[in-house]
Amino acid sequence: MADPRELYQQVILEHNKKPRNFGKIHSCTHQAEGHNPLCGDQLYLTLIVQEGIIEDIQFEGRGCAIDVSSASLMTTAVKGKTVQDALKLIQAFRALVRGEWNPAAHGDLGKLVVFQGVKNLPVRVKCAVLPWATLQSALDGSPIASTE
Amino acid sequence: MTYSVSDIRKDFPLLDRPFHEKPLYYLDSAVSGQMPSSVSERMRQYEMYEHTNVHRGVSTLSQQATDHFEKARDTVARFLKASSSKEIIWTRGTTEAINLVAQTWGRQNIQAGDTICLTEMEHHANIVPWQMLSQSVGAHLAVIPVSDRGELRLDELSKVLSPKTKVLALTHVSNVLGTINPIKKIITEAKKQIPSLMVLVDGAQAVAHLPVDVQDLGADFYTFSGHKLSGPTGIGVLYGRKALLDAMPPWHGGGNMILSVTWDRTTYIEAPGKFEAGTPPIAAAIGLGEAIEYLSKFNPQDVHAHEQHLLRRASEGLKKIPGLRILGESSDKVSVISFVVDGVHPHDLGTLLDHEGIVIRAGHHCAQPLMDRFQVPATTRASIAYYNNESDVDALIQATQKSVEMFHG
Repeated sequence: MADPRELYQQVILEHNKKPRNFGKIHSCTHQAEGHNPLCGDQLYLTLIVQEGIIEDIQFEGRGCAIDVSSASLMTTAVKGKTVQDALKLIQAFRALVRGEWNPAAHGDLGKLVVFQGVKNLPVRVKCAVLPWATLQSALDGSPIASTE
Repeated sequence: MTYSVSDIRKDFPLLDRPFHEKPLYYLDSAVSGQMPSSVSERMRQYEMYEHTNVHRGVSTLSQQATDHFEKARDTVARFLKASSSKEIIWTRGTTEAINLVAQTWGRQNIQAGDTICLTEMEHHANIVPWQMLSQSVGAHLAVIPVSDRGELRLDELSKVLSPKTKVLALTHVSNVLGTINPIKKIITEAKKQIPSLMVLVDGAQAVAHLPVDVQDLGADFYTFSGHKLSGPTGIGVLYGRKALLDAMPPWHGGGNMILSVTWDRTTYIEAPGKFEAGTPPIAAAIGLGEAIEYLSKFNPQDVHAHEQHLLRRASEGLKKIPGLRILGESSDKVSVISFVVDGVHPHDLGTLLDHEGIVIRAGHHCAQPLMDRFQVPATTRASIAYYNNESDVDALIQATQKSVEMFHG
């Protein structure tokens, strides 16, 4: 089995300690809450989407380092992007943690490749995916996402 | 027999297997106790040479299987110091046992406006069945709070109980905090206040660590699961006082529990059969009997001294790690240690410890109201059994230290 220490790289530890875009947008246009019932992780996403562009995004909640850093990096990755690009990124990220990511097909993932190691820890895939599943729900207009 | 952990460990092949190419350190016996070879061998013997159904017809084979099955019930009755084997009902586990009581005794005796008293340290198995019942009949739940040290606030007991309280359902030992509740004292005080009170004790986490005497405790019902006691999964026990069992309606209907069936009506046999519809898990019951026989070889004082030594060693070692806090500091606790570390989520720590070969539980331990009480989402829990040794505990301390340093580094 791969050493999980390879997953817990500096970028993940650092985003866990100092999450970006942590908070709540009161005048949001889109929102969703995500739950991982198995471990009790909870996440609240609020967004401002105008003319198909994610102008702002913030998250609140509690979870493990993988969940929190994934949410933090996700917000930095999708802020300023079009909804269409964000939806593509969600698919690419899901492929990454399943070990099916192919840059030619899914596009570049930038810093998000640090989550590649999650594929070796099947029980932790849900932690990494929760923020992305919640974003998908928010953009689809469904208020609750669950990893179960 | 002298207490030799190295000899005991020879009875558990799992403890000697590699795990992620490292030794395996099993510190998760509160989740499930390991089963000695003699138990699996006894079950295999049954399945290979003795297997049939019980309580069926005149065949000698069925009679012999019934004898083995009922002998296991006698063993459980002696183990709990019940006054008769007729007070021992086989269930799938503690959860099913509590549901049985809630759905039979509870539905018969609890009405709108009544109160069911629980404690803040209950496992979901001793919360949800009562919540379901209270919601369906219009009863209320009342909760005995837990102190910062992780002990029941018994100074609140008389206030939480009221003339409307029909049930007190509480755990003997907390699966998270390790606290041993003073059950006998609580039952005495509670029944002094409300003589008609029914008390159910969840013994799932107690039986592997403490001698239990249900009559001395004064419990009306006492439950436990076989797999927490080095027995197999799928089998558990409900002890109930005979007078209560006799007055209760059956739960599941079917074969094995009837006196006679006509299209007009069915009459039932006495307990325990009345509560055992269908074919029971025969091999598992025989296996549980064997597990109790295995454990009875040890002197309970030796087991206690050994587990408490390892508990102290683990607690002292873990406490030295910066930012680490142990939940549950009762002076009267079993060898279970729950802890949290500032800035390190239990699931991350769990993943890192797992890779070092250390099997622990990270999570809410099916005790979410208790997590809320301590304002933590989850804890990391190591649980120590009679077959653990100092290497297990030292490996836990070192790997925790190393993981925390990585997070804080």
